[in-house]
Amino acid sequence: MKPPPFGYHAPRTVGEALDALARGADGPDGGGTKVLAGGQSLIPLLNMRLAAPAALVDINGVTELDGLEATAEGVRVGALARHSRVERSAAAARVQPLLRRALRHVAHPVIRNRGTVVGSLVHADPAAELPAVLALLGGAVELASARGRRTVRARDFFRGPLEPALEPGELAVAAFFPARPPGTGVAFAEFARRHGDYALAGVAALAAVDGRGEVTAARAAFLGVAGVPVVLDLTGPATTGRVAAAVRDRLDPEADLHASADYRRHLAGVLAERAVTEATTEAREDR
Amino acid sequence: MSEPTFPIELTVNGVLREARAPARRLLSDFLRHDLGLTGTHVGCEHGVCGCCTVLLDGDPVRSCLTFAVTVAGHEITTVEGLAGPGGEPSTVQRAFHEEHALQCGFCTPGFLCTVTALLRDTPHPTDAEILEGISGNLCRCTGYQNIVRAVRRAAGEA
Repeated sequence: MKPPPFGYHAPRTVGEALDALARGADGPDGGGTKVLAGGQSLIPLLNMRLAAPAALVDINGVTELDGLEATAEGVRVGALARHSRVERSAAAARVQPLLRRALRHVAHPVIRNRGTVVGSLVHADPAAELPAVLALLGGAVELASARGRRTVRARDFFRGPLEPALEPGELAVAAFFPARPPGTGVAFAEFARRHGDYALAGVAALAAVDGRGEVTAARAAFLGVAGVPVVLDLTGPATTGRVAAAVRDRLDPEADLHASADYRRHLAGVLAERAVTEATTEAREDR
Repeated sequence: MSEPTFPIELTVNGVLREARAPARRLLSDFLRHDLGLTGTHVGCEHGVCGCCTVLLDGDPVRSCLTFAVTVAGHEITTVEGLAGPGGEPSTVQRAFHEEHALQCGFCTPGFLCTVTALLRDTPHPTDAEILEGISGNLCRCTGYQNIVRAVRRAAGEA
């Protein structure tokens, strides 16, 4: 239960971090260099020796990555912003309330003091909350490397379980979560065996209503039901009150030790019904 | 080939401490092995049990999920640093004693650090806030009821 040895780099700037990553990417083992931010997923993997990177680039000293900006367009979260900081930010909650609502389901408060939002996205665990939130909102991840910068939309970012669209030598420097527009509502719901565990299934939902309160759009992003977040347009089912049935028809989860495929499908339907209803209520109150 | 080591300087319980350790040294092991502070307990070593919780710049974190080298230059408070200057137990420690909130005591250092920070940030927690606050710490002896009582008592006395 001790991490294997690794080379260690502690850059102070993004430029230094990218240099260290570029050297790692050019090394004999290609992608053998990992970025260490909060470490709440990476260090357990190291402790259990499920991962043995040749080197770590520890970005905890790169203060320029510590940004958290909430503007009318949305919330931009720097790579060093911890879950707890984003969760407590009143400005972030005003611009996009789904962030705080989802973050309260991420592990335990003590883990959230250390874990980072961007790290959670890059880890790309199919049962994690934040990838689903980013997918629902149509957000993006900003990547930098010695070759330059690029922005990858959520739908292109999650390629598979634990498989983000990062090339060797790339560092995720920030994530952007679009704002909640007026007349829309958002909600988050999940079910876990024990509070703080990864959920058996979960859902982030968004609804928009017109001036009379009729639903004009509804969609949901699911976690724990596939290798990547699954986004479903539920506008039709939401107007006819058939969300749960529509979700059951359109999801195809797998069974594991914790839940059968049928139970997961049922759970996703029930949770989606609740979340879409809650989001619709918020949208109507916001008209 | 010997593994490279790094000089790591930390303020632990108000005292500047320094030791050399490899980058892979977990903060929990650094405190226990390199600095001789064995009050911080090591249970699961993958972030589940909460026994190794210490305060990093005042906030509770898992010392088994933190590298010592990462937090060089920062302030750590361990269970050894919770008591008053004359060794008298803190409000939280006294409440744990009075409510019988420990039996074997293995999880206690983690609970004490977690609860100390919880009551600093939320001096009058609801029962739901108490349960959420200690949800990341496992205790296999008490059944938690006395721990919840201790948190309530400490909040009432603070």
